[in-house]
Amino acid sequence: MSVHTKVEIEFSDSLLSFIDEWRDRQGNLIMILHKVQEEIGYIPRKAAMKVAELLEVPLAKIYGVVTFYHFFKLEKPGKNQIQVCMGTACYLKGGEDLIQELEDILGIGLNQVTDDGRFSIEAVRCVGCCGLAPVIVIGEKVYGKVTKKELPGIIAAHRDG
Amino acid sequence: MAYKHYILVCGGVECDSNKGDDLFRKLIHAVEHRGLMADIQVVKSGCFGFCAVGPVVKILPDETFYVEVTPEDAEEIVEAHIVKGKPVERLRYREEESKVNVRIKDLSFYQKQFRIVLRNCGAINPEEITEYIARDGYLALEKVLFEMTPDDVIEEMKKSGLRGRGGAGFPTWRKWEFSRVVDEKQKYVVCNADEGDPGAYMDRSVLEGDPHSVLESMAIAGHTVGANQGYIYIRAEYPLAIDRLNRAIDQAKELGLLGDNILGTDFSFDIELRLGAGAFVCGEETALLASVEGKRGMPVPRPPFPAVKGLWGKPTVINNVETWANIPVIITRGGDWFAKIGTEGSTGTKVFALTGRIQNSGLVEVPMGTTLRDIIYNIGGGVPGGKKFKAVQTGGPSGGVITEEYLDTPIDYDQLGKLGSIMGSGGMIIMDESDCMVDVSKFYLEFTVDESCGKCAPCRIGGKTLFNILDKISKGNGEMEDIAKMKRIGHAMQRVSLCGLGQTAPNPILSTLRYFGEEYRQHIEEKKCPAGKCKSLISYEIIEDKCIGCGVCARACPVGCISGERRMPHLINQVECIKCGECYNVCKFNAVAVG
Repeated sequence: MSVHTKVEIEFSDSLLSFIDEWRDRQGNLIMILHKVQEEIGYIPRKAAMKVAELLEVPLAKIYGVVTFYHFFKLEKPGKNQIQVCMGTACYLKGGEDLIQELEDILGIGLNQVTDDGRFSIEAVRCVGCCGLAPVIVIGEKVYGKVTKKELPGIIAAHRDG
Repeated sequence: MAYKHYILVCGGVECDSNKGDDLFRKLIHAVEHRGLMADIQVVKSGCFGFCAVGPVVKILPDETFYVEVTPEDAEEIVEAHIVKGKPVERLRYREEESKVNVRIKDLSFYQKQFRIVLRNCGAINPEEITEYIARDGYLALEKVLFEMTPDDVIEEMKKSGLRGRGGAGFPTWRKWEFSRVVDEKQKYVVCNADEGDPGAYMDRSVLEGDPHSVLESMAIAGHTVGANQGYIYIRAEYPLAIDRLNRAIDQAKELGLLGDNILGTDFSFDIELRLGAGAFVCGEETALLASVEGKRGMPVPRPPFPAVKGLWGKPTVINNVETWANIPVIITRGGDWFAKIGTEGSTGTKVFALTGRIQNSGLVEVPMGTTLRDIIYNIGGGVPGGKKFKAVQTGGPSGGVITEEYLDTPIDYDQLGKLGSIMGSGGMIIMDESDCMVDVSKFYLEFTVDESCGKCAPCRIGGKTLFNILDKISKGNGEMEDIAKMKRIGHAMQRVSLCGLGQTAPNPILSTLRYFGEEYRQHIEEKKCPAGKCKSLISYEIIEDKCIGCGVCARACPVGCISGERRMPHLINQVECIKCGECYNVCKFNAVAVG
């Protein structure tokens, strides 16, 4: 299936058919943005413009939604997104120290990406593993009861991933 | 066909991410390898709740409880326990060194619990609808469709006294009744599964461990109020729960328990998922509905209440996951039965996520009216590491703290309110002497400031001002009049904020001021943080008499600011010190003091 639009960004067939399926359903915007982020990893400006065009809604409306919710990203994250849980239990048990240590090891700040594009650090809302606090999540892997000493090893394990 | 043995592996996120999935596969392999598939079923079930000792494995029918099991233990469990009938002693959970608990229900972690909401979590395979049905699943829906009128259902709900478990505790039957009496063709039923309270994960466990209980209840509500469409608004951060729900919806449709003409009647009801995208304010009903509609999640003033004018302007019943999970039991066993559990004003049970400085962290479900002491000490096993209990925080960023002297209060909606806290969604975070109350308040305010939608001034400006004052106090620049100022702003926010987020945002400050005013005073007047948490107010010093000059601290110091000759007392350069506390942590002679 090919759809010709003015905005130059390639959407995969599955993304286009998903948008097609949801086009006329009520409350579709957030669901479509989730799908865009799932495929591209974030919501680049061009993708937002293309969604605006396909759904025939103003770009401002899309940005209104994207910037309101924490989950949507406007910048490309690292290949490995290191998410440090900042729920209450993790905070009490030293989540902040883990962020500090990660920043030192990787030489980047929160919400920044390393030069080689491999890692980015994020502070996230409670991931619901409070019994394992403090927790970090990389991709689908959850690391519990993490100590500062373990961080270099954990990062090394993901360096080639 | 009945199996001789069942091996249940906890499929909760905590166990699963701790090599639980690998263990599950190895157990299946061990069973298949021995050709025992006909006799033994290996099941990955929902969360057992005892997250502190995961991964957990339960063997039935003998109810053996194995904890901290690794994938390498799989062979031994199958060979020794199943084949030879000798349980693997070293993996069994022991309450005390000498005592081995034989049956799961005898464990003190479970003994004081009473499971209604979590009745199926850890008991069934959540990916098989037949297992839910085998435990009386969809019986309540059948009863509602064939034996009860909508009036009967409302009456039963009324008798049960069930109140909303999302936080505010509004009587569920009244929401339903408001919707039911509106004369409108299109109505909706919504499940709030956007669990946003940091430190609470009971909804996640119910959705992952027993998704059908929510679907069944939503259909019951649909039939009662006259709605044909339901939406589950769920956090995108819960992929496993989303997957299980989708699977459950498909299976229910296949069996005619959802979709068109349910069980051959003229009642049709469909359920779709809508993903949240990380906004705490969406816990507010009107904001949640805006988000389901695909818009920014901004609240609007009530009334009109969603029950009358909600999703796309139509009457909408919204309940939270835990509330929904109670309903099938109320219908099958009756409202009177349910009302006998708990206290007069708060019937039934409540699930708490017991976390923080606690021995047995995990999910616990207890009858309303259980004391905090019972939960923290008898179920939770108390504060570990010989530290002293300081406070328990309930209700998350909207709640407050409760101190030692009130631990014997029976907990229900009203009692917690009297103590200046709230039930909230059920987060229960234990704090010990190493936790600073100013710091904790600052943590919560930072959260609510970040999550404020910015629509109304009291929340947008008041919250930020409160945060700034706390920040100032934690850095040693506070003044005594700041306390009166925080109270003034806090009370104003409670009265005039547009929605629950702003109205409750000052609670962590007001409640810590009430019980720990002295700690605030020490920060302000003495420039001291007694818990040693506020970095601007502490310093690390080496006690000369105790230091033997081993040099461990100097090697551990990340900025190299500790110096000294070997076998001579060392010294910390206070100017360069970043107060990371590494020296304090590594010293074996207690020669580093925090002041």
